[in-house]
This record gives sequence, structure tokens and C-alpha cells, in this order.
Amino acid sequence: MGRYFSTLRIFWIASLTAELEYQANFLIELVATAGNLVGSIFVLSLFYGRGQSLGGWSWEGALVVLGVYTLLEGVTSTLLQPNLSTIVAHVRTGSLDFVLLKPIDSQFWLSARTFSPWGLPGIALGAGLIGYAAWKAGASPAPLTLLAAALMLVASLLILYSLWFVLAASSIWFVKIWNATEVLRSVLVAGRFPVSAFPAGLRAFFTFVVPVAFLTTVPAEAILGRASGPWLLAGGIVAAGSLAVSRWFWQFALRFYTSASS
Amino acid sequence: MDFAPKPVRMAIVRAQGLGKTYRVADKQPGLAGTLRHFVNRRERTIAAVRDVSFSIEPGEFVGFLGANGAGKTTTLKMLTGLIHPTSGTVEVAGCLPHRRQAAFLGQITLVMGQKQQLIWDLPPLDSLRVNAAVYGIPPAESRRRIDELAEMLELGDELRRPVRKLSLGQRMKAELLAALLHRPSVLFLDEPTLGLDVNAQARVRSFLADYNRRFGATVLLTSHYMADITALCPRVLLIHEGRLFYDGGLETLTQRLAPCREVRLELQAPLGAEAFASYGDVEAIEGREVRLLIPRERLTEQVGRLLADLAVVDLSVSDPPIEDIIGRLFHQGALA
Repeated sequence: MGRYFSTLRIFWIASLTAELEYQANFLIELVATAGNLVGSIFVLSLFYGRGQSLGGWSWEGALVVLGVYTLLEGVTSTLLQPNLSTIVAHVRTGSLDFVLLKPIDSQFWLSARTFSPWGLPGIALGAGLIGYAAWKAGASPAPLTLLAAALMLVASLLILYSLWFVLAASSIWFVKIWNATEVLRSVLVAGRFPVSAFPAGLRAFFTFVVPVAFLTTVPAEAILGRASGPWLLAGGIVAAGSLAVSRWFWQFALRFYTSASS
Repeated sequence: MDFAPKPVRMAIVRAQGLGKTYRVADKQPGLAGTLRHFVNRRERTIAAVRDVSFSIEPGEFVGFLGANGAGKTTTLKMLTGLIHPTSGTVEVAGCLPHRRQAAFLGQITLVMGQKQQLIWDLPPLDSLRVNAAVYGIPPAESRRRIDELAEMLELGDELRRPVRKLSLGQRMKAELLAALLHRPSVLFLDEPTLGLDVNAQARVRSFLADYNRRFGATVLLTSHYMADITALCPRVLLIHEGRLFYDGGLETLTQRLAPCREVRLELQAPLGAEAFASYGDVEAIEGREVRLLIPRERLTEQVGRLLADLAVVDLSVSDPPIEDIIGRLFHQGALA
């Protein structure tokens, strides 16, 4: 275990060294994320303009959902996106060979190898919005609420990660999978709104097929202190299941890896 | 007198009936072919490696020969566990490679002349730090090994420069360092001298010989450059169309494949080809210089006659370059 931590530290120091050559990026990313967030808040405010509500959620509650979404986007830019593109490049050029030859879990290497600081503004803004909106909504920071919130956020991150990783792993067969990631990204955009705001059919789709509900709505419920036991349990099960599927799928995909010719 | 029993030598690499078949898309060129392929996907099976068996003992330096597409790289990938064999068994360092256990991976390394593991934008030292962490080498030990290998490879300041700024030869040496930091006992080298100039090739070659001697490492080497094989490998495996065609000493292979030796003559005055008919096969005549092929068993006799009969200024005997011999035999299908 210790070896994994020291490896992770060195991975991220190396990526930071490489990325920090471009300081201007940080400012650009901060402005872009903030602009995006302001746009999303504006769209959301349109729904609440004339005293209406969205799927039974208060304005502050909906802001918490948006905060969780922004946080997930930040994590995507920090870890998921850069590592996913590296996996595809590894498969295309055959340098996946070197990863497979290292005495360390290849899924760990591929998922954690790069770290891009440019998503950090998104994570900070998301966390800030969650804190502000939860306070406005009058959520009590009771230990049990905080614990449930933390657990559901972790579960949501694990589900998102597993979805991305399975897609990335499928590049072993399809090599170019950018289209698929675009589809996933646009489906995930639905996570900006509480899942109850969607019509029944879509709601089922976002709960059972692509678990968008577990990505933002369930964590937001937990943050607001209204998550029920069964939903928390379901969140945990879906997260553990997704992670297990991603691990199984990777081992399965590797059996088909032929390694680009040399 | 030494009465100590000879240590029992166990094979460190063992392949038994190894085979690998690929399914590839059978697709006609052009748009029509692409469409037909899209609607009606047809696949065909290609046997890249068929029934290959051999074993290598610890410390051996073995050359792996064969034309492009003969199955060398596929075999190496099965030996390193990158791909699953379709049939047969492989055992390397007492492990089954395709399980890729840490105990196995810590003992082997694969160097590929066409692929690189060093991080392009960073100096090699950063990649080395990553490798040291992954293999669990403590910092002090890793620094000691880097110094030792850098000295053997004649690398210095290059380790602190971004990889993209290095020459091909420097990069290859840094790749070797990265591949050997965990001190593997089995080295699989796939064209490690590819594209290097003659000097850089020679340096890599002497490093490999040195490493093999110093650490008793087992090496399986493929190379396009025959000089690598003749300088390093007492034993060679020759693979052709996926089958193991020869396994034994390089000397014997040369004798078997090249029953003739090449005799170069420099004459006082030019002569026609018919003048040499009774001595051997004429390879080339360029003015006063003549190249003849003479069967090994008649060499001494014929050279004696040549010297006695003709006005010879200079005479030398050599083996024809082995890549020519192999190339010619493969070309003629004599090995099929």
C-alpha cells in the first residue's frame, strides 16, 4: 500500500512539474469555469423566476445540485479527462506495453498517472457553492449529515470514474472512442438539475441506466440532510458495483490486447 | 581437484509448443471493399507463431533471428506476458508470464527500439524516479544504481535534459537505464539498436555484454544488425514463418547455411570469368579484383592452386555476411 502512495506522490509531482510550465492556463481555466458557473446559475434562475420550482426542489437545494455538478466537472478535468486521453494514446501507440510490464496495478497506473491542476478552480468553486447554498437552505452541519454527505460524494466520484474508465478501456477494441466520450459528457450534463425535474421516463433512465441521479441528486440530498437510508444504501451499492465492473472489464479487455505492432 | 557437485542448471526461459493465432479483418481495398466489409465482416485466422519450443539457461546471451513478420516480436510478447499464447506453455523465471505477477515483472524487462517509456517533456531522471517508486527501490539505492548504470552507459548530463532534446543514441541509452533500474535478471531486447549510427550501436553492444557479465543476466536479443548478433550471441534461434527453424551455435548456423567461404583475389592483370571456372563460383569481377565462393572442404586445396596458377597480388578469405546468407535462403524459400 505504501508503495502506491509514494508512487502517486511522484506521479503527481511529475505531472505538476510538466503542467506548471504554462501558468497562464490557470487564469484562463479559472475565468472559464467561473463563466460556465454563472451561465448555469442564470439558466437555473429562469426556472425559479416566477415563484416556480424545479421538481419540488427549492432554489437553494437546486444550487447544491449545481455545486455538486461543478465539483464533479472539476474532478473530471483534474483526473479523469487527462488520464483517459492517455489511455487511448497508450493503446494507439502500443506504449501500454510498458504500463503492463510494471509490477503495479495497471488500472491504478492508468487512472492516476496524470494530474492536471486546471480542474482545481472547478473543484474550489463547486465546493464553495455547495457550502453557500447548503447554509442558505438551512442545512445543519450535524456529524451524521456530514458523514452521509461525504460518503455519497465519494460514491458519486467512484461511479463517474468507473463510467469513464470502462469507456477508456473499450479503446482496446475501438482505439478511437472520442465520440463515445462526447455522448457520455452530454448525458452527464443532465446532472446539473435535480433528477426529479425530468419526466418519469428520463428519470428512470438517469437512475437505472446511466446513474446520473447518484452523481448529483443523491449527494445533494445527503448534503441537505434529507437522504433516506435506502437511497444511501443504494448509492453505496451502485458505487461498489460500478467499481467492481470497471475492474472486471479491464481484466477482460486486456485479454484482447494485441499491442500495436513494433 | 574440485569435487563440488556441478550446480544443476535450471532453464530460466522455457517455451513448449508455443503458438499464437490472430484474427484479422479480411478487407478489400477501396470504398467498395470498405462498404462490403462494413456490412459483411469477414475475418481470417493468421498463425503468427506455430509450435515453438526452446529453453534458455541463466546467464545465456541468445540471438533471435528472422525476417520481418517471422514471429519474433509476437514470441517476445508472449514471453513477457503482454499477450496470451493461443496454445502451448511458457515459463519465465519460474512464473507464467501472462499472469503478470509482481514477482515475475520485477525480474524481467523489455526494451523496444520502436517504443519509449521515458516522459517526452521531462528529463530522464524524472522518469527514473517514477520507475524507482513503482519497483519499490529506496532512494539511496536507486541513486547508487543510476550512477553505476550511467557510468557503464557513458551518460552524464543528458539525464538532466528533457528527453525531446536528446539525440536518438542518448535517448536509447537512457531507455536502457530506465529498463534496467530494477536490475532484472531476464532481458528481452527487441531491436535495441534500431536506427542508431555505427558508434552508438557499438556502445550499446559493449554495454549489453558488460551488463550480461557483471550481473549474470539472461538476454534474448532480436536485431536487424547482424553485427549485434555476431558480437554478442554465441547461440541463436532462427524463426521463419512462425516456426523455429534452428536452435544452436551461431558458428554451426553459418556453416550449415553457408557451406562456402568467400575468397577475394587481387590479380596483376584482369582475367575473364572462364579462367576461374575450375576453382569455384564467380561472385563478381571488377577489373583486377575477383570474388569467388569456394566450398569449405576444398578451400585449402583451391587456394593453393590459385596461388600456384595465377599471378595473385593479394588474397583474403572470409565468411559471406550472414544477413546475405539468411536473406538469400529465405528469398529462395530454401528454408521452407
